[in-house]
Amino acid sequence: MKDIRLMKGNEAIAEGVIRAGCDGYFGYPITPQSEVLEYLMATKTKERTGMITLQAESEIASIHMVYGGAACGKRVMTSSSSPGISLMQEGISFMAGTELPCLLLNVVRGGPGLGTIQPSQSDYFQAVKGGGHGDYKMIVLAPASVQEMYDFAKLGFELAFKHRIQVMVLSDGAIGQMMEKVELDEQIQRLTDAEIKQKYPWATTGKTPDRERNIITSLDLNPVKQEIININLQKKFKHIEQTEVRFERIMCDDAEYLFVAYGSSARICQKAVLLGRERGIKVGLLRPITLFPYPSKELAKLAKQVKGMLSVEMSAGQMVEDVRLSVNGAVPVEHYGRLGGIMPAPDEVLNVLENKFIRLSVNTPRLCLGIKKIL
Amino acid sequence: MTEEIIIAGFGGQGVLSMGKILAYSGMMQNKEVSWFPSYGPEMRGGTANVTVIISDERISSPILNKFDTAIILNQQSMDKFEDSVKPGGVLIYDPNGIVRHPVRKDINVYTIDAADEAARLGLSKVFNMLVLGAFLKLKPLIEPEYMRKGLEKSLPMRHHNLIPENEKAIERGKQLVKLEHLMN
Repeated sequence: MKDIRLMKGNEAIAEGVIRAGCDGYFGYPITPQSEVLEYLMATKTKERTGMITLQAESEIASIHMVYGGAACGKRVMTSSSSPGISLMQEGISFMAGTELPCLLLNVVRGGPGLGTIQPSQSDYFQAVKGGGHGDYKMIVLAPASVQEMYDFAKLGFELAFKHRIQVMVLSDGAIGQMMEKVELDEQIQRLTDAEIKQKYPWATTGKTPDRERNIITSLDLNPVKQEIININLQKKFKHIEQTEVRFERIMCDDAEYLFVAYGSSARICQKAVLLGRERGIKVGLLRPITLFPYPSKELAKLAKQVKGMLSVEMSAGQMVEDVRLSVNGAVPVEHYGRLGGIMPAPDEVLNVLENKFIRLSVNTPRLCLGIKKIL
Repeated sequence: MTEEIIIAGFGGQGVLSMGKILAYSGMMQNKEVSWFPSYGPEMRGGTANVTVIISDERISSPILNKFDTAIILNQQSMDKFEDSVKPGGVLIYDPNGIVRHPVRKDINVYTIDAADEAARLGLSKVFNMLVLGAFLKLKPLIEPEYMRKGLEKSLPMRHHNLIPENEKAIERGKQLVKLEHLMN
């Protein structure tokens, strides 16, 4: 029988990393993601799989412990919420410079500053455009359910090691705190030291006579060499853009209007799509699953089909910039967001879509009828 | 079938755990479920609420502002959530401590004297199970055998000896629920 449980998003990703063969978690508690560390501690990872779970003295320490573990070729991770992730940016940039794979979880809360502990999506720019210094990108996965919180643990580690890149799971307080059904899969064995040596020849696993010393550093004072390092990084990001885009289309086939939303906003929009269809509005939802690489091509395709797009995010308008870049003026793109920990309701976002696109244009008699009914 | 429920009251009344038991039982009965709590400052004293959805289909939004059923256990929650019951929906409340009773005429209102009953039994901890019983009487979504499985899953092993007491409280709650008025 399948192992099915009712879990919080935070617990699900914690169970997910254990089963994905994670070697070490280093973190510092902060609402709304403290259950990750709590769950790992309570489940006694050391006894279960040999995985280290350590509460560091700060977020800055956590990310540098991850740096150390990753340099040894280990599957390591940290998690935090917005203010804590801000503290980690230096370490993340260093890992980008050294191409160290790791899994990072941001359970976003409202900002700026300490802000609030309620859900928000206002860290999109930080995650997608590079929160630290230098020209770099991370793969950013946006789970919209507790099942995806679980699934993205394994997927995150796979992508991180496949491309030697940092993978951030960009969640939010709502996905972290809510409980849903989760289907668990088999335990993946942690790699042995010999397997790490063989699979990851770049890792600092102890020099052997048959190879050069492995040095993990982001420093090269020779600008010619540094430019080559940067060009190679950019090649990698391009390759990821071409190969790792993920998204979900919900009722897009006949859509005349489109919501674009990720994470918990996507769930709210999913309900708004159903409500809209009840009102006779042909509305669909494109849900980006990877925020970098962004599903730009899919949006450009949909721009040829729909009359307008509404980007819904719990921010003042961050992802909407990528939607606009993707469609390049082909259709009107509007933004709707709530700030500071407030979550929009499904009928609220549907009303915004109607107000922005439908009530102004009198395109088809059928739609007019729909409007009359609402009024 | 989709049932969208808000349970709201004081922290410590067992609002969140009642929602969890309901969600777990639904899941054991092979339904789709979601449980979305208030985890904010409320949890640190004051009001607490949880949205529970039980459905035969994939659940779209776990975050809602309109509900089929509101279970209301204090005045603040009455003020906040009376308006969020869908027309034709159900409002269940414990009148204990309520000074402003619901006024809407387009919903079905029921009461359950759960606080009084829990005090009479000398078992303050079964308060939430009495309320859950009232809900299950009005919306028999979950079979008793799955309620038991839900209790087994949501209570830690060391509290499993209390399951019969909880089940009794659910049954008692079913008897205690009273109709206040039906929608016009």
